[in-house]
Amino acid sequence: MSTPKTMFEKVWAAHEVVPETPDTPAVIFIDLHLTHEVTSPQAFALLGKHGLKVRRPDLTFATMDHATPTRTEQVFGGAPITIDSAAKQIRQLEENCAAYGVELLGLQDARRGIVHIIGPEFGLTQPGHTIVCGDSHTSTHGAFGALAFGIGTTEVGHVFATQCLLQKKAKTFEIDVRGRLSAGVTPKDLILAIIGKVGVSGGTGHVFEYRGEAIRAMSMEQRMTVCNMSIEAGARAGMIAPDETTFAYLEGKPRAPKGAAWTAALERWKLLPTDAGAKFDRSISIDAAALEPMITYGTNPGMVVPISGHIPDRKGDPVFDAAMKYMGLNAGEPIHNAPVNVVFVGSCTNGRLSDLRATAKILAGHKVAKGVHMLIVPGSQEVKRQAEAEGLDKIFAAAGAEWRESGCSMCLGMNGDTVPKGEYAVSTSNRNFEGRQGVGARTLLASPETAAASAIRGRVTDPREFING
Amino acid sequence: MEPIKTFRSRTVVMPSTNIDTDQIIPGRFLTTTTKEGLGQQLFADWRYDASGAPKPDFILNKPEAQGCRILVAGRNIGCGSSREHAPWALCDYGFQAVVSTEIADIFRNNSLKNGLLPIVIDEATHQWLLANPGAEIEIDLEAQQVRLPNGQSASFTIESFARYCLLNGVDELGFLLSKEADIARYEARRPA
Repeated sequence: MSTPKTMFEKVWAAHEVVPETPDTPAVIFIDLHLTHEVTSPQAFALLGKHGLKVRRPDLTFATMDHATPTRTEQVFGGAPITIDSAAKQIRQLEENCAAYGVELLGLQDARRGIVHIIGPEFGLTQPGHTIVCGDSHTSTHGAFGALAFGIGTTEVGHVFATQCLLQKKAKTFEIDVRGRLSAGVTPKDLILAIIGKVGVSGGTGHVFEYRGEAIRAMSMEQRMTVCNMSIEAGARAGMIAPDETTFAYLEGKPRAPKGAAWTAALERWKLLPTDAGAKFDRSISIDAAALEPMITYGTNPGMVVPISGHIPDRKGDPVFDAAMKYMGLNAGEPIHNAPVNVVFVGSCTNGRLSDLRATAKILAGHKVAKGVHMLIVPGSQEVKRQAEAEGLDKIFAAAGAEWRESGCSMCLGMNGDTVPKGEYAVSTSNRNFEGRQGVGARTLLASPETAAASAIRGRVTDPREFING
Repeated sequence: MEPIKTFRSRTVVMPSTNIDTDQIIPGRFLTTTTKEGLGQQLFADWRYDASGAPKPDFILNKPEAQGCRILVAGRNIGCGSSREHAPWALCDYGFQAVVSTEIADIFRNNSLKNGLLPIVIDEATHQWLLANPGAEIEIDLEAQQVRLPNGQSASFTIESFARYCLLNGVDELGFLLSKEADIARYEARRPA
């Protein structure tokens, strides 16, 4: 019998074009290359400079999401895009994709959306695949048992030219999530708790594998939220073994295998999960049932507390002191009832239909507090359409929240959707770094449920006050 | 790329822990289609006030930081976004090396592709560098040594292939392109 292998090791071995040697990294084949307007222009320029083509346009897929407007009149109405340089980037992606034969979902395409939302929607994201994109949240696709990670623009150019990457094999890190999450506690709370436990650099050099009862019980959308933030703990990739939930999600998706190819794919996919007895380089376990809704209080995603808890007192630690000064919060204070000016629901972390349903369920019959601006941005145009078909947009409008076209939007504020200086935003996105959502913006990361509850009260609020009646 | 072997410079010290790529280059400057000129926006929100004037207290605005090519950062620099604009901005500004006890994976990779040395050193050397801002140190890529003015030295590791490329000023793309036959063979046996 061969040595038991982890899922990561199986996917890695299946993609070695040239194995690693003492002198050279491995050459790894890439099954799917997702690309967008912000991290591709200089990579296309590299091709131009060397007179190269995109080797596998059939494995390359482009969309625009980071710098795109979310205002309907700018997307569909011909109104000028607020930021000139963003408009230029969009045009440049259109030109590059046309010149190199890459399929592009343009600004007005009904299937456009955030790159990590549409890959799964199309069924392009498949178990056992290697998937890369010039974006660190590519880890999202690991929810399907793919090895998916973010790369820089030079590497985007390498994949364009050769469909391969030079890679050193990562170490493996098991995260065993025991028990079940309780009512009102979401996958977002779980991943925030994991980041708090592992630390923002604890996963450096590793690929996570999330396992255990709580993970198996999750839908694909929920698994994506977990894998999405692996990078926030320093891990380039996070994986979840494919199972019946995965297969049911993929079956019938536009680009998923069909007929005999589907049957053959299923056979391959069922061999992917980590073998019994396989060794991980590191392992931790976490008790899902003990978790509460989580919220960040500082300037990195590891600075996180249960919503009923207090901001820790680490006065004298320069990171902590700088974060408190930036956030305008105080050591030892409860996080509950902290001020809220802006609420953002969206992003590749929490911009899927189930996130919008959870938001609507809490908002229904309530109003966003006076003085609070709530922005809800669907992760894709497909998510938008489905949400509207269910009438979620009506609930948002009745509550006084703004409903936009899809895109990354206020997660990183590149398109002009920003949090004003000094204001507090409860955000379902993934990063609370200084200035991430706008110059001087103060971000508190939380689940859609916590975001909605906080929007209603105008203060940081435990969503279980609404969920449990 | 120019070959890199040994260079000496005074250090700039930024002791903050977890300096993320949003600080190195804020997202609003990523709507560019070239690599050039990003040094102007390096650490923009720490470096300039709301009117765009340099903040005199920020290290890069101080006279002693001018001309320094080595950035010594607190633990774990480069976490967050995959934006290669971060090393582009550091290089464009004039940095040739970033030194810390931990460097995030994607930032480290991106740095190597641009001739910016990501140097991970031991805790004691790091403490010495943090305590002696502006020290003139030598970085020897071939020997993988950092040499301090007090006569001590510390070793670091850059994987052999990346080191070869940096020492010889060659691009990794050439190596990948040379594997054409292997890639074609792989493609032929890959499931559809």
